[in-house]
Amino acid sequence: MITFENVSKFYNAHPALDDVSLTIAQGEFISIVGQSGAGKSTLLKLLLAEEKASEGKVTLDGKDVAAISQRELPFFRRRIGTIFQDFKLLTQKTAYENIAFAMEVSGRSKKEIQEDVPQILQLVGLEQKAHQFPRQLSGGEQQRVAIARALVHQPDIIIADEPTGNLDPLNTWDVIRLLTKINELGTTIILATHDREIINTINKRVVSLDKGKVIRDEQGGRYIL
Amino acid sequence: MLTVRRIIKAGFQDFWRNGWLSAATVSVMALALSMVMGLLLLSVLTEALITNLENKIDVAVYFNPGTEETDVLKIKNDLFSLPEVKNVAYVSEEDALARFKERHKDDPIISQALDELDVNPLEASLNIKVKDTAQFPAVVSFLERSEYQAIVSKVNYYENKDVIMRLTAAISAIRKGGAALSIILGVIAGLVAFNTIRITIYTLKDEIGIMKLVGATNWFVRGPFLIAGALYGVVASLVTMFVFYPLVFALSPAMSRFFPGADLLVYFQHNFLALWLILLSVGVVLSVAGSVIAIGKYLKI
Repeated sequence: MITFENVSKFYNAHPALDDVSLTIAQGEFISIVGQSGAGKSTLLKLLLAEEKASEGKVTLDGKDVAAISQRELPFFRRRIGTIFQDFKLLTQKTAYENIAFAMEVSGRSKKEIQEDVPQILQLVGLEQKAHQFPRQLSGGEQQRVAIARALVHQPDIIIADEPTGNLDPLNTWDVIRLLTKINELGTTIILATHDREIINTINKRVVSLDKGKVIRDEQGGRYIL
Repeated sequence: MLTVRRIIKAGFQDFWRNGWLSAATVSVMALALSMVMGLLLLSVLTEALITNLENKIDVAVYFNPGTEETDVLKIKNDLFSLPEVKNVAYVSEEDALARFKERHKDDPIISQALDELDVNPLEASLNIKVKDTAQFPAVVSFLERSEYQAIVSKVNYYENKDVIMRLTAAISAIRKGGAALSIILGVIAGLVAFNTIRITIYTLKDEIGIMKLVGATNWFVRGPFLIAGALYGVVASLVTMFVFYPLVFALSPAMSRFFPGADLLVYFQHNFLALWLILLSVGVVLSVAGSVIAIGKYLKI
């Protein structure tokens, strides 16, 4: 369970988040919507401990995220898979190696890696492109590699920050379908987007942000601003 | 253990896959190391130049005609016991005459004049060389002690004093200039190498951020960069050695003409391993230190 308790974040006295309170249950699929600058990315950064809240508290399973030490941070992050608009793949590593890297950092054995990576590549439908470098893959394929990488740790939560921002409609739906499927397997999905069509189609919980404040929070919500 | 192996493998892989970046880094690094190598060879040349100059400077002490050879040799031994003295050469009256004749054999007037004489007009002498030309006054005052007054005819120090002083000043200027040049160029080479590494790391800063976001510990990110950094140093030092070998081979004869007594090629061949080890350690230390410092700020994510 994730909670945001009266969280505010200021950048030079300008509020990016203003007194936000949220509770996200395990296994939920929640979309965070809002225009650019509404505070979506800030919200996700606080959860990933990339930034610290100016006021209030962010907790994961009762633990204060801001209190995690620099040493513990890598271990904490392995519990959360992240997907970004710009994919953030390692350009000098193949699709296979990008996924394997995420397992290597947590000291998983060679045998585990050799078993798990092909399975996950199959899940995202890229078993044929395992040994291609990111530059040889389309945007949609790159994003699927990123999703596969986020999945290898079997994380409790997947954070997707505008995952379809750079994709054409066809690839967009591939990615959304994949996320829905992962959610059905029990993983919490936090999706930040400003794509109206996606929100209206998936019919899940929607939290709308505007100027750093939560203005709407409803189940089966629609994109209304 | 598994992690260490993975880090080393990743280091080699980074070096190889970022081929152009590695090539660029290695070339600049090799240029910096060439500067270091140039300084090392320059110091060999100046050292030869200085030795050469110093060997040309000596002071001769002449003895009254008829002085017993044993007395002269006793002084020679006394001189040898002085710490400042490098070498003493004894020239007997006969040797001096033979040399004089040899030097003037094309001059009939002098030859005839010598033949007219039935005694040898030349005096026996000791040619003294010192380790440091600034030490001549001490040696000369030793010779001027009263016990030698009876047999010493003259010491040719005072008429040559100006020249000796000037040469001594020149030698010390060459030494100081060489040291200053080495320090300045050495610092430049160090800064160039260091900044090259920083720029290399800068171009890879996004990758560092990604690794951290995927949950890599700082050492897991840093490790491969250190391995790759060490590889830059190793390859650059090898490149420098193999560029310098033919260069020294081609330039050595010309250098020997300018700096008599300096044989760069022989020096290079004899000290090949030592020179390489110097470049290797300079290169590796600079790039590893540069990597550690440059990565630091990109790890704070």
